[in-house]
Amino acid sequence: MARNAEDKLVDGDGFSRWPAYLGYALLYLLLLGPVVGLVLYAGSTRWFFPDLLPVTWTFETFWRQLSNARTQQAIGTSLLLGGVVTLLALVIALPAARTLGLERFPGRSLVLLLLFLPTIVPPLATGMGLNIIFLRLGLAGSLAGVVLVHLIPVLPYTIFALIGVFVRYDEGYEQQARTLGAGPWRILWQVTLPLAGPGMAVAALFAFLVSWSQYVLTLLIGGGRVITLPMLLFAAVAGGNPATIAALALIFAGPPLLAIALAARALTERTTTVGQQY
Amino acid sequence: MRVDRPTLRRWLMLTPALLVTGVLFGVSMYYGISQSLGYLPFIGATRVSLDAYASVLGGATPAGREFWAALGFSLWVTGISTLLSAVAALLLAVALSHRRRPAHQATLLALNANLALPHMVWAIALLLLLAQSGLIARIAAALGLIATPAEFPVLVRDQAGIGIILHYVSKEIPFLVLIVLAVLRTQGHAYAEVATTLGAGPWMRVWRVTLPLVWPGLSAGALLVFAFIFGAYEVPALLGVSYPRVLAVLALDYFLNADLNRRAEGMAISLIMTVVVVGLGLLVRRIDGSER
Repeated sequence: MARNAEDKLVDGDGFSRWPAYLGYALLYLLLLGPVVGLVLYAGSTRWFFPDLLPVTWTFETFWRQLSNARTQQAIGTSLLLGGVVTLLALVIALPAARTLGLERFPGRSLVLLLLFLPTIVPPLATGMGLNIIFLRLGLAGSLAGVVLVHLIPVLPYTIFALIGVFVRYDEGYEQQARTLGAGPWRILWQVTLPLAGPGMAVAALFAFLVSWSQYVLTLLIGGGRVITLPMLLFAAVAGGNPATIAALALIFAGPPLLAIALAARALTERTTTVGQQY
Repeated sequence: MRVDRPTLRRWLMLTPALLVTGVLFGVSMYYGISQSLGYLPFIGATRVSLDAYASVLGGATPAGREFWAALGFSLWVTGISTLLSAVAALLLAVALSHRRRPAHQATLLALNANLALPHMVWAIALLLLLAQSGLIARIAAALGLIATPAEFPVLVRDQAGIGIILHYVSKEIPFLVLIVLAVLRTQGHAYAEVATTLGAGPWMRVWRVTLPLVWPGLSAGALLVFAFIFGAYEVPALLGVSYPRVLAVLALDYFLNADLNRRAEGMAISLIMTVVVVGLGLLVRRIDGSER
């Protein structure tokens, strides 16, 4: 009996292995299959039911979308917006996350509660509430207004990711450097950044992705004047043909997938995960 | 009162984040509530009333006639999606936690890649794949299961919200699996091994050992998932039908109306949504707190 149990543990988890293999195959298919589907649709021309695969293949739809002036402008706006939001979010989140990650103090849980409230409250409600006052302040329809409103969902996730970095951070190294005569800038460059850098890069990446995927807040504050990729995509679904929609969706999915590939090492080496939702 | 230096420094470090979140959030709540009460002094509306709430909850106006159906539909879609993805994530994480290093890293990467895909991309992929003439229907035709697109079941833009549920279950499983995996990989398998030695079967082990171990992380993650789905607009707008629709779609539709009374109703619906999720959050925290 005991021997049997040991064998099972060496093998795996005690569930029989066969369904497990089938399960893994199904898992990968579910996780990434739909993207392959998008590639099929984007490369198809005149693909009618019940043909399993497109009869002719073309990259033309994809290139036409990519060279379209409106698409390029939207890509530029989305990148600029994501970049500015990420930079601001890092500057605001870093000191707070360092304090929350390294210290325990009275009022800490209340601070956490306030900072994470935006992850629970529907962005729709926040966006609607800000809509009228941003209109009055002249912030509606401007990039600055959209940057501000993107910070609401981006900040909690950035802080959350950075707290994870600083919980495992040892302040002792900074103290040693200080004892050895290093100034604050030198400590930042030669101690803090090398230690916390990879974690900060992952946090920055996810901050960018949260901003990149925003639709409702951009719509409510951008008022149709700040046109990001999600706005184009949403409009395309209403009237476009499958190939166009799929091509645009792939363009939209490209940077996130690229970012994950770049951060692959940092993401798989760590046991912690960036709790992420957007 | 004297404030010592470390305390002062600590609160200074927290100030930017608290200020930005507090101001943006506070201002949005203030103007949101004002607007739902019909109080907008700068356009000359100074009469405060609960009319918008009365008509939404009482069913007198078009928004009100749809409200309860939309609330039910939202709760159905959100509840079943959260439950299914939490159960699937738990089982999947248990199955994955024993994998050796390279295989484990490949899985982590695939999970992260799925997570990074924007919801809109995923919804559009499902829309194309699951449509009655989509790729899945073509595969079914090739296997001889169906002859015409009309024979394929309506899985997206359907009355029961199946498309929306499929979307969220498939998209939220990776999120929750990563949370559960992180707990399982750091806690080790000692408890599970003891349970096995004592004669517990695999299901018993998941229920009595793993679930209590990962519960704090899983319940917090599930709450985030619930709040996220309940408040989301894009996916139900893309994968849903015009009736029944979820509260978020109803609220935005009325909020974008030119008529100020309709706008107030849209605002009221979104604040009712806020009360529902925040209330649920407090409830979950309380239950979790009393168990420990």
